[in-house]
Amino acid sequence: MINLIWMAMLIIGIVVAAVNGRMSEVNAAIFESAEDGVGICFGLISILVFWLGIMKIAEKSGLLAKLSQLFKPLMTWLFPDVPKDHPAMGYILSNTIANLFGLGNAATPMGIKAMEQLKKLNRDRPEASRSMITLLALNTTGLTLVPTTVIAIRMKYGSQAPTEIVGTTLIATTCATIAAIIIDRFFYYRRVRKGKK
Amino acid sequence: MAFITALSIWLIPIIIGLILVHGTIKRVPTYETFVEGGKEGFNIAISIIPFLLGMLVAIGVFRASGAMDMLINAIKPFLQAVGIPAEVVPLAIIRPISGTGALGLMSDLIRVHGPDSYIGRLASTLQGATDTTFYVITVYFGAVGVKKIGDAIKVGLLADLVGIIASIVIVAIVFGTM
Repeated sequence: MINLIWMAMLIIGIVVAAVNGRMSEVNAAIFESAEDGVGICFGLISILVFWLGIMKIAEKSGLLAKLSQLFKPLMTWLFPDVPKDHPAMGYILSNTIANLFGLGNAATPMGIKAMEQLKKLNRDRPEASRSMITLLALNTTGLTLVPTTVIAIRMKYGSQAPTEIVGTTLIATTCATIAAIIIDRFFYYRRVRKGKK
Repeated sequence: MAFITALSIWLIPIIIGLILVHGTIKRVPTYETFVEGGKEGFNIAISIIPFLLGMLVAIGVFRASGAMDMLINAIKPFLQAVGIPAEVVPLAIIRPISGTGALGLMSDLIRVHGPDSYIGRLASTLQGATDTTFYVITVYFGAVGVKKIGDAIKVGLLADLVGIIASIVIVAIVFGTM
């Protein structure tokens, strides 16, 4: 899918430029955009180094583990099919906390391990279980406390207040997450009703 | 609204403060641990370069050719009535499909309209409101070999839609209408 979109943007762009007579602008855009790409990534270094450094302290001091215990009651409610002390629950908690603190690279392996455990609980069947869909729903909404990448890009383009969008982002992503939980339950009950018929 | 503004300013320093105090109490060598974790951030930023660069060139060509303006002008009349800036629609569409694609479009919007413009703030909020649904599904289900994904895509995309609508509403409330 992404290959198609990428290719289409370039080809449509070149064809439209030919029609509009804007080929020299397109030439300029190619090299300026490439330079921008490097510039943005270099801009990301500052905030990523700082944030991941701070988070390493939170991880080593056991703060993240402690926080995940706080979420346990909520998670046992969200995942009623997972036994409380099953390893799957541990991975689900780590995955959620890592996402919350913007540790995408740590969240993904935890999420995959959680999926493996959930698959075992589902007796290795090839279809997604209820808990698998819930875990996925939680991950697709990307609930994050601090949108570090967005802040870095706002800084690069000279924002007066790069962090002013933290509040609006948090509210929007919380809405999406609550919606995901409700929609997930709705579809679950719909499946149950259909199964009984 | 004052609360949301205060939240934006206070959240990050409070998180940092709490982590450092807790780390010190637990006798973690804070500075050395910070440096260790920071190295990871460097590698991540560098490894994104080819992904983002490729996307930005495609978006840059699409915009410079005039195709982006044609697309935006075509959908503008429908969206203006409901108060949604047409400029953010491509971002909203790409967001569930490609993370770097969305990152590229967001950077492009911020560069063109300014980070503190209405569109810049909305683009920033949209980018953080949801994650890349298709990518998450592919990675998580692909890794463990789940073939029948059930309602996962429907749940993910509907939640994305809620996130997009919530972004538009909350940005309009906090930063005023366009």
